[in-house]
Amino acid sequence: MSMDLSSRVPSGAIERLWDKARFEMKLVNPANKRKYNILVVGSGLAGGSAAASLAELGYNVKCFCFQDSARRAHSIAAQGGINAAKNYQNDGDSIYRLFYDTVKGGDFRSREANVYRLAQISVNIIDQCVAQGVPFAREYGGTLANRSFGGAQVSRTFYARGQTGQQLLLGAYQALERQVDAGRVKMFPRTEMLGLVVIDGKARGIVTRDLVNGKIESHAADAVVLGTGGYGNVYYLSTNARGSNCTAIWRAYKHGAAFANPCFTQIHPTCIPVSGDYQSKLTLMSESLRNDGRIWVPLKPGDQRPPNEIPEPERDYFLERRYPSFGNLVPRDVASRNCKAVCDEGLGVGNNGLGVYLDFADAIKRLGVAVIRERYGNLFDMYERITGEDPYKVPMRIYPAIHYTMGGLWVDYSLMSTVPGLFVIGEANFSDHGANRLGASALMQGLADGYFILPYTIGEYLARTKLDKVQTDYAEFKREESEVETITKRLLSIRGERTVTSFHRELGKVLWDYCGMSRNAVGLKLALGKIRELREGYWHNVDVLGGPEDFNQALEHAGRVADFFELAELMCIDALDRNESCGAHFREEYQTPDNEALRDDQRYCYVAAWVFKGANQPPELHAEPLKFEYVRPTQRSYK
Amino acid sequence: MRLTLHIWRQKGPKEPGRMVHYEARNANPDMSFLEMLDVLNEELTLKGEDPVAFDSDCREGICGMCGFMINGVAHGPRRGTTVCQLHMRKFKDGDVLYIEPWRARAFPVIKDLAVNRTAFDRIIAAGGYISVPAGSAPDGNTILIPKPVAEQAMDAAACIGCGACVAACPNASAALFTGAKIAHLGLLPQGQPERDQRVLKMVAHSTLEQFGSCTNIGECEAVCPKEIKLEVIARMNRDFIKAS
Ligand SMILES: Cc1cc2nc3c(=O)[nH]c(=O)nc-3n(C[C@H](O)[C@H](O)[C@H](O)COP(=O)(O)OP(=O)(O)OC[C@H]3O[C@@H](n4cnc5c(N)ncnc54)[C@H](O)[C@@H]3O)c2cc1C
Ligand code: FES
Repeated sequence: MSMDLSSRVPSGAIERLWDKARFEMKLVNPANKRKYNILVVGSGLAGGSAAASLAELGYNVKCFCFQDSARRAHSIAAQGGINAAKNYQNDGDSIYRLFYDTVKGGDFRSREANVYRLAQISVNIIDQCVAQGVPFAREYGGTLANRSFGGAQVSRTFYARGQTGQQLLLGAYQALERQVDAGRVKMFPRTEMLGLVVIDGKARGIVTRDLVNGKIESHAADAVVLGTGGYGNVYYLSTNARGSNCTAIWRAYKHGAAFANPCFTQIHPTCIPVSGDYQSKLTLMSESLRNDGRIWVPLKPGDQRPPNEIPEPERDYFLERRYPSFGNLVPRDVASRNCKAVCDEGLGVGNNGLGVYLDFADAIKRLGVAVIRERYGNLFDMYERITGEDPYKVPMRIYPAIHYTMGGLWVDYSLMSTVPGLFVIGEANFSDHGANRLGASALMQGLADGYFILPYTIGEYLARTKLDKVQTDYAEFKREESEVETITKRLLSIRGERTVTSFHRELGKVLWDYCGMSRNAVGLKLALGKIRELREGYWHNVDVLGGPEDFNQALEHAGRVADFFELAELMCIDALDRNESCGAHFREEYQTPDNEALRDDQRYCYVAAWVFKGANQPPELHAEPLKFEYVRPTQRSYK
Repeated sequence: MRLTLHIWRQKGPKEPGRMVHYEARNANPDMSFLEMLDVLNEELTLKGEDPVAFDSDCREGICGMCGFMINGVAHGPRRGTTVCQLHMRKFKDGDVLYIEPWRARAFPVIKDLAVNRTAFDRIIAAGGYISVPAGSAPDGNTILIPKPVAEQAMDAAACIGCGACVAACPNASAALFTGAKIAHLGLLPQGQPERDQRVLKMVAHSTLEQFGSCTNIGECEAVCPKEIKLEVIARMNRDFIKAS
């Protein structure tokens, strides 16, 4: 199969590209829109907003999610906020500055034209959400409030308490339900996509499993959209919801969609540490805590004294010491690596030594308890609920955790994958964040894709493509259905001696140890061996009870873990191939004398798009070269 | 710690259910309640017994996917806390716990502790939105909203749609859920054009779904993990009278 990795970015000045692209698009006659069927898999910020907007335009939409309601997609958990270049604070923000910050933050591994468009659209998103009734925080005069987030030097983050994702998602969900009521969207909750159907080289449908009664069903369409979120749960423990998985994009990869930058995974520095081996997920403590909290560890390894009894001179405020100008506010990747490094030196705190203190004592002294409660009350309560410790009195303990995946299916400027008719939006695509995502930018991207980009680009595809009618009784559908049934049957027939969870946990540990916060060639090769061995073990020794027609949660999990094994392998292959450090991808062999990421723009200034070549065949690497015409690549420095 | 659990087991919507007795021997105060059940399920699986089905996703108290009764209380004994955020340190060694699904005609059991709550989606579809197609919005700051109003709207908007209010209500009324959405949108200037229609359609639909009517008992407020106030029901009733 030849691979067309043309990004299809129009030519011209960057500020005009999106306008130009929209003008050049062929339009679908309004009266014809209802004749087109579109499948949207996912009801998060990306999928939910896309399904609603496509239906508003008049298309016939089916939307799928695995939760019991569209409103529960993982986007609901986002706390901090959403960026937009509104410059409401008059502090020097602009579309260009948001564009610049995002390209630099991504360590020069994203596509400039896409990022510029994202920054442009950011302003429309806020307008749209306000109009829907999203209760954003306000100033006393009634205008929208902003805060600075993730070390940005302007205040461009909009928020709704600590529940921004929830409120944005409810806005999209309500718009979606309005279309359900109007009969233009049919919603399929508790339904999981397990297969993609490609006919004559174009995506023409999917195969799903009804999670309540196990029914395998085909859905035919003119285009398929995946907004299925990130794959951070490949590490078992992450801040993602329990159900988040890679199955939809992985099965699409196996049908020809290239997978871009799989190894780019973001680790968030401020999460509640693991408390025991029963741990089922990790909880994020918003980044905003670093505005007032000070991070430290004891100077002496193995110091067992309670934190309040360790005097000042015997503490190491290592971020403030190493990065005098940014201090505790260095970007996520830098903060995370430093926390891990001090723990690796034996300085970590908590019963397993995997934690550092985040201390509010100084802030409380300076500002008073009341101010701290107003700023972080919710988060302090959540911390107390989980750990049983009171952060007003003792410092929090935090440790980095897997949080976001910058990698995903490769898409062109139209958000179309390498399979024509298959569009990928939100965290599921490889997107606009390069090798590291800035805080409050994922919500922005998901909604930009769903409300404002996809509704145009999909129309253009439909208008210029000849699509013969297809039906679910075609051989291609039947083949995919039987493929899906075979996997299910196989998983249920093994009846081995280990649970799905035990395998998943072990896979996660391998990946975290060797393809996590820092990586090296020796470790990655070792990991590849271990993953293959473990996968082999899985298919011989996993025990999944129950039947294919049950409401069978172990079976759901088993299918997802089977795909995680394969994805984990691709992640290590990609990490091994990229002989440089960039953003969140830190290869120990490539660092500056003061341990910062050392990029190699000569050799690796590209998007690595991997193509599936068959089971047990090595995937094939295709590179999309990246050109920087506006933001000149420099070495990031936060000293 | 060691706990005695009595868990409702029901194979499917049409099958009869019953309480089954289990011993949780490996509980630990730092576990969440759901992690305690995870451990039980691992043990059951290894013994070849069907694990207990229960819903959860975010495990951070925000998605609204989790929820069941513990000793007759929706989401268990800690106020303002979903079961996924409830930790075992709230219990004592030797405690006996009765765990049951939400019980309401509008929420049929799917299996064990998992129920079907799609009736909530249909209430929202009936009118719980502001009609504003993508692309038609004016600049965000042209709509000024006083801070206290925005805060009050946010209080109501915090609902996670878990269904605890319905489960706790002797009438299985969805008034707190419906009222929360009506209050959220009705407080905001953007929500005014459709305010009358919204309340009429949502209330009518809630009856259609076989939820009971509200008799101001207040159990819903007591168990709501997001501490939504009864006031939203009063607001809904006022709007309803005005609109009809
Ligand atoms: C704890 C936390 C806090 C965060 N805070 C912020 C923040 O403050 N600001 C910010 O910008 N970003 C934040 N992020 C990141 C951001 O929330 C996510 O990247 C974003 O919400 C992803 O949206 P999405 O629509 O792409 O996917 P999701 O919201 O994950 O939705 C995925 C959808 O796909 C469905 N799905 C998946 N697989 C299948 C399948 N096989 N079949 C059928 N349906 C399927 C799911 O049911 C779901 O509906 C945070 C992330 C986490 C984990
Ligand atoms: S699992 Fe999301 S609220 Fe409990």
